[in-house]
Amino acid sequence: MTADLVALLPELVLSGLAMALLLFGLVGGGRRHGALGAGAVLSIVAAGVALWVVASGTAEGTRFFFGMFVLDRFAVFFKALFLLSSGLAILLSLDYLKRNDYRPAEYHTLVMLATVGMMVMASGANLATIYVGLELMALSTYILAGYFRREVKSHEAAVKYFVLGALSSGILLYGLSLLYGATGTLDLATLAAKVAGGRPGTPVLIGIALLTCGFLFKVAAVPFHMWTPDVYEGAPTPITAFMSVGPKAAAFAMFLRVYLGGLEPLADQWRLFVAVAAALTMVWGNVAALTQDNVKRMLAYSSIAHAGYALLGLMAGGQNGLQSVMFYMLVYTVTNLGAFGFVILLESRGFAGETVNDYAGLARKHPVAAFGMLLFLLSLGGIPPTAGFMGKLYLFAAAVQAGYVWLVVVAVLMSAVSLYYYLRIVLQMYLRDGADAEPAALLAAPWTERVIVACAVAVLVIGVLPGPFGEAARATVSVLAGK
Amino acid sequence: MDFATNLLNVICYLPLVGALVIVFLVKREQTKAIKWVATVTVGLDFVVSIPLWFLYDPQGAAFQFVYQHDWIPSVGSRYFFGIDGISLLLILLTTLLGFISVYSSFSAITHREKEYYVFLLLLQTGMLGVFMSLDFILFYVFWEVMLVPMYFLIGVWGGPRKLYAAIKFFLYTLFGSVLMLVGILALYFYNSTGLAAIGLPGLGNAPTFDVTELFKIAPQIPAGVQFWVFLAFFVGFAIKVPMFPFHTWLPDAHVEAPTAGSVILAGVLLKMGTYGFIRFSLPLLPDATVKAVPWVAGLAIVGIVYGALVAMAQKDMKKLVAYSSVSHLGFVMLGMFSLNPHGLSGSVLQMINHGLSTGGLFLLVGIIYERRHTRMIAEYGGIAKVMPIYAMMFMVITMASIGLPTLNGFIGEFTILIGAFNRSTTWAVIAATGIVLGAAYMLWLYQQVFFGEITIEENKKLKDVNLREQWTLIPLIVMCFWIGLYPKPFFRIMEPSIQRIVRVVDKDYLNRPVVKLPAAPAAHAAEPAGEPGGHGAH
Repeated sequence: MTADLVALLPELVLSGLAMALLLFGLVGGGRRHGALGAGAVLSIVAAGVALWVVASGTAEGTRFFFGMFVLDRFAVFFKALFLLSSGLAILLSLDYLKRNDYRPAEYHTLVMLATVGMMVMASGANLATIYVGLELMALSTYILAGYFRREVKSHEAAVKYFVLGALSSGILLYGLSLLYGATGTLDLATLAAKVAGGRPGTPVLIGIALLTCGFLFKVAAVPFHMWTPDVYEGAPTPITAFMSVGPKAAAFAMFLRVYLGGLEPLADQWRLFVAVAAALTMVWGNVAALTQDNVKRMLAYSSIAHAGYALLGLMAGGQNGLQSVMFYMLVYTVTNLGAFGFVILLESRGFAGETVNDYAGLARKHPVAAFGMLLFLLSLGGIPPTAGFMGKLYLFAAAVQAGYVWLVVVAVLMSAVSLYYYLRIVLQMYLRDGADAEPAALLAAPWTERVIVACAVAVLVIGVLPGPFGEAARATVSVLAGK
Repeated sequence: MDFATNLLNVICYLPLVGALVIVFLVKREQTKAIKWVATVTVGLDFVVSIPLWFLYDPQGAAFQFVYQHDWIPSVGSRYFFGIDGISLLLILLTTLLGFISVYSSFSAITHREKEYYVFLLLLQTGMLGVFMSLDFILFYVFWEVMLVPMYFLIGVWGGPRKLYAAIKFFLYTLFGSVLMLVGILALYFYNSTGLAAIGLPGLGNAPTFDVTELFKIAPQIPAGVQFWVFLAFFVGFAIKVPMFPFHTWLPDAHVEAPTAGSVILAGVLLKMGTYGFIRFSLPLLPDATVKAVPWVAGLAIVGIVYGALVAMAQKDMKKLVAYSSVSHLGFVMLGMFSLNPHGLSGSVLQMINHGLSTGGLFLLVGIIYERRHTRMIAEYGGIAKVMPIYAMMFMVITMASIGLPTLNGFIGEFTILIGAFNRSTTWAVIAATGIVLGAAYMLWLYQQVFFGEITIEENKKLKDVNLREQWTLIPLIVMCFWIGLYPKPFFRIMEPSIQRIVRVVDKDYLNRPVVKLPAAPAAHAAEPAGEPGGHGAH
């Protein structure tokens, strides 16, 4: 029992400190932005330290809590990634919350609880564990999407996100129950053994179909993507930034673990399904982004498209496929957080910062931030020497090796298309003079700027020296479902 | 620190260092300092690249000045620089034109100088890296890196339709190169684990992107794989060259780009496409190359004639020169796909020639554009009277461009035609009409601009070229004469590299009876030096 609790230490630390922050907010510190922000960031750091201690003392693939919770390189990598993304998201929120005068205590608490949910998802060796983690994450994010209660758009986003999220969770749950009914187990390893060999029965197939729909919903893949643009547009921008990396990576973690772990023997059944969804996602995400004038919506469609690229790695499967998705999630996290950070910077500087035209002439006024944004956009478009190129290289290589050359051709052509809308922003920043767009008030947003610089450095470093990061993202497929 | 092993690194990254110095150490307002840092950097870069010419041993190893370092070990990609005779010449061309384009921008660029010179220097690093990389991923990185600065050069400092031209340039070339990436990956997996899912077993070698390793497996690659990879490479390189149906981005980009951008674009960027063919397509995919010969040569010939005909109809000088590039690059491709030593060496030499003469023409057009702010041919006439030095320099470069003997264009085109003739008489005959047409539109241009009476008042006050402008052109003119009068050292440097490629793409070539050639009209010209035995009959 003690060993179980020790394995859960990072999650326990984080939820405990989240509660403490909440209490601190209740007893009168509710508006103390500095103290609460520092507390939140330090809590994340503490959870990170706990994770490091626990991970280095545990053998690969050890199971806890009667086999429901597993610690392996895969889980540790994703947990570290979640901590990184929520830490950066909190830093991005600091100036923003203060400026818009919203209570930071509950906000930070919810981000931290969502992170706990994601961490549980990454470690789930049992479909029930994964589902519990998923719901904790989802419920926290629903509230966060509507956190700006004075904004109508924020309400709309929260309601839409909640209704559609609950629907997708329902579909997912129904799929799980069918699988359970057919095989009598929720444990991934047992499931893998049961479905291996022989033709799967109809309930299993229907279960997989529903499960796939649910998962595609969570990663925002076409045709289950409709909620994304509205939610991303309406939610407070730091939350959009967080949702586009944290919960998305968590959804991929669960997708990978279930499909490359438990359902790996049935790969022939789901692969084509996922392949078609990946192709549709890449095409529609990029094509729809072409016409967006609102930067947040554009980035929403771009994040849909990126889910499509990442699905390539899932389909490719195997060691390389797994590694490529994990690496891509890291790349995408630093890139997208940086890009949203830039949007936040503009908003907190009195710009609307929402439409593409607001970016006119920014390169002259804020050369450092604009250069960072240039790097992020190039990285999203997959142009070297940025991280985005290396991420795509790993993904495409895995997919080509698995024989999906046609899908990779779709992917590369679509990433060329994507440059068109990424360059629209670049064009506004660098190529237009923007004499009429003077910044209204230059409010200081030091933390946002620091995050942008840190992300820009990360994008360049990963892009030029991807080796060590690729190694960090190496997990073993065979222990995914547990030993 | 060994001089020879680090030389390429120094040449490649010196402009990057210069760019960083400008970014971090020079203020935006100090335009003079910016200009001089940029000029000194590229000048120094050119000086540093000269030892390559003397230290390179044509009879030595296939790739020299090799520098290797681990880069991404898990995928088998190494940081691998090295050059042969072909890349050596292109590197020297790049450093020379890099210097000229920076030096020529002093008066042309009057706003946002800091960014301008930074982008120009970054572009230089990207282009040099392309010609040095012997690892596919590294090559691809440099190949795409240079898109970004070029995009900015066109988009910020370009003409009236700069935004359209910039995005068109970027997307066109990107579409081509991403498909090339798929081809690279297919080749990579064929060499190692294979593509099991589509029933293609691999060769089981250690996974590597090392081009020199992949050269070794070229004969073992089945025709089907070669075909698809060739196609993927073809799209990437042909758009860059640009070959006939893919050329539409070029006139827009050239016309809208600032002068230095056009010089670099025509002088170096286009060569990246032809270099891609000669470095990768030919030696890696010999079967597919041989099968593609009629198609590629056909497109090249269409390009030669079409480019020349369209050039004849232009009213804008820059557009005329841009279309003449399509025609000249057609010659380069035709020579290359003759797949014999003459054709290939002519093709490589013509890459250099085109860089010199077309670069020169763009500079010249830029000089007069700065004075009159128009490039319309009809706005000029009789300029020779007021700008005699300019007229003389324009004449030399024009002659170089149309291939007058004693100048470089002649040597290149003549050698290419010998190669093409060896393959097919028809090709050579049709291609030769391109030379005639070339002479027609260039001489027509010259006549319209320089001869006759000055009809437009403003032209009477035009100032002749100043000393700085002269010095941007003199190196080009000297090189044109050097290659025209004594091309032997150039052929000598590239010959063994060319032979290596010929041996791969056309194993029987050296055993075939030699076609008797008519005696070369100029005794000093046309004979690639160092022909192998069995081929020395002429």
